[in-house]
Amino acid sequence: MNDNAKARFNGFLLSIAHKIGLFLAMTIICLPGLWIVLASFRPTVEIMAKPPVWIPQELSFDAYVAMFSGVGQGGIPIIEYFRNSLIISVTSTAIALAIGMAGGYAFARFRFKAKSSIFLGLMLTRTVPGIALSLPLFFVYSKLGIIDTHFGLITAYVALNVPFTIWLIDGFFRQVPKDLAEAAQIDGCTRWQAFWQVEFPLAGPGIASAGIFAFLTSWNEFALASQLTRSVNSKTLPVGLLDYTSEFTIDWRGMCALAVIMIIPALVLTFIVQKHLVSGLTSGAVKG
Amino acid sequence: MKGWRPPAPFLLLLPAILVLAAVVIIPLILSLYSSFTPFRLTQPASLFTLIGFRNYVRILTDIEFWTAFGRTVLLLTVALNVEMLLGLGLAMLVEKATRGQRLLRTIMMFPMMFSPILVGFQFKFMFNDNIGLVNNALQSLGLTDQAIPWLIDGSLAFFAILVAEVWSSTSVFAILILAGLLAMPKEPIEAARVDGCTPWQTFRYVTWPFIMPFAYIAMTIRSLDVARAYDIVKIMTDGGPAKRTELLWTLISRTAYADARMGLANAMAYVAILLSILFTVYFFRKLSAARTQIAAEW
Repeated sequence: MNDNAKARFNGFLLSIAHKIGLFLAMTIICLPGLWIVLASFRPTVEIMAKPPVWIPQELSFDAYVAMFSGVGQGGIPIIEYFRNSLIISVTSTAIALAIGMAGGYAFARFRFKAKSSIFLGLMLTRTVPGIALSLPLFFVYSKLGIIDTHFGLITAYVALNVPFTIWLIDGFFRQVPKDLAEAAQIDGCTRWQAFWQVEFPLAGPGIASAGIFAFLTSWNEFALASQLTRSVNSKTLPVGLLDYTSEFTIDWRGMCALAVIMIIPALVLTFIVQKHLVSGLTSGAVKG
Repeated sequence: MKGWRPPAPFLLLLPAILVLAAVVIIPLILSLYSSFTPFRLTQPASLFTLIGFRNYVRILTDIEFWTAFGRTVLLLTVALNVEMLLGLGLAMLVEKATRGQRLLRTIMMFPMMFSPILVGFQFKFMFNDNIGLVNNALQSLGLTDQAIPWLIDGSLAFFAILVAEVWSSTSVFAILILAGLLAMPKEPIEAARVDGCTPWQTFRYVTWPFIMPFAYIAMTIRSLDVARAYDIVKIMTDGGPAKRTELLWTLISRTAYADARMGLANAMAYVAILLSILFTVYFFRKLSAARTQIAAEW
């Protein structure tokens, strides 16, 4: 009886500790983001206040209004940046997906010589640090005259995304049983038809999440974009964030507002993919 | 007269190989070449003077370069280990949760959506010595009465960068390890318990080997992208104050763009590339070793 009560008490303590641990972990994860969102609504005086003002006294959309009111009135060319980011990310994602689907299919369905070394080789091109790649790209692009153009960044991002897209899509095609496509071929489909009618729809959600992952990579990329863009023609949002910093002062509130604008599309998209993303990455982990 | 038909996988991989060759391989060959020249952006003619290994000799004897190199390796080692441990802890916490697991998983993915440049900015804001959340909180709680110069003191700044890096990447580990925990068959654990294993033994000899490959996948993904830390450091301290948080990557960008010494910077870039490749190949190997082990045991 006594032992029983003791065990129950211990279990109770453990579950309390578990809840507290979870709560703390989640707070640490969420706090920085929420703090940014909050700061974007507060007046600068309150952000700068000493001693700190913990409970916001007044909230307003001033930072957002200022941001959209254009250059000269404390704003930055946010609309142009947003447009550039969107065009570059969407186009490069679409191209990377097409290339990645072909490559991923090859890895998932065919046996060929030196398969694993080719795979590793593709992955290794991804490991080249953005800043290291930016040096020769900067030189080549300026010779070709495609610095500060959408085309230049799109090409770079396609190359950046292809290896990882292949990895993900390879994983998703492996999850589709080979027999299904073979059955379709026996029923008279060509391999091409079997792909589009059977394998593609089944791997569809996975491919979509690979696409969203590629989109996020392009959307968030900074090291290459900061060197290959010059003006509103092609500057993307991450590069635009630096517009708010000058030599000695930083417009904290403005930066917070821009950060919120940047994070919203990423937030929405990540929620959509979260389930498939993990299954694609881990599909090969156990079965080999 | 039958024309040679290239094999299908070759055709399918061709676009990928073409793009990567054009955007990555050829520029890298060019930069390899230019690392043997005293190339400066301001003097285009200098691209055609070969100086042999002088750039490499120079960086290999340069104390500033080695400090940055050492700091980069230190940052990566500490960050990856801490992320791994925290990610494991977080994954186990979430797996134990009986209710709201979906919500918890969603929150857990939160840092993944932040672009590194945003992470850097956000922590720069929080660690600001004057108006930052961290100092404000410490002062309000009465733990310190001065402003701690988080981003101004060299080792504190390193710590702040480490925190930012860990915050942004722990979730990659947590999510993948959680996937491993959820995919794990329950029978071995029950069998271990019946056989009288302590919880620690169960974890060490049953759970751990099973989630290893998942941890290595996370490691591999991270190692593909270690240079992301450049964005964080760039905006948080930009290698400052007085180069005390200079990483390999900030040093490269400073040498190349501020000093315009492309040849030298390219030589450094090659060292950075080798470092990344080393990390990735190491984890790929570990990954495939762990996979075969799992396949043999289950």
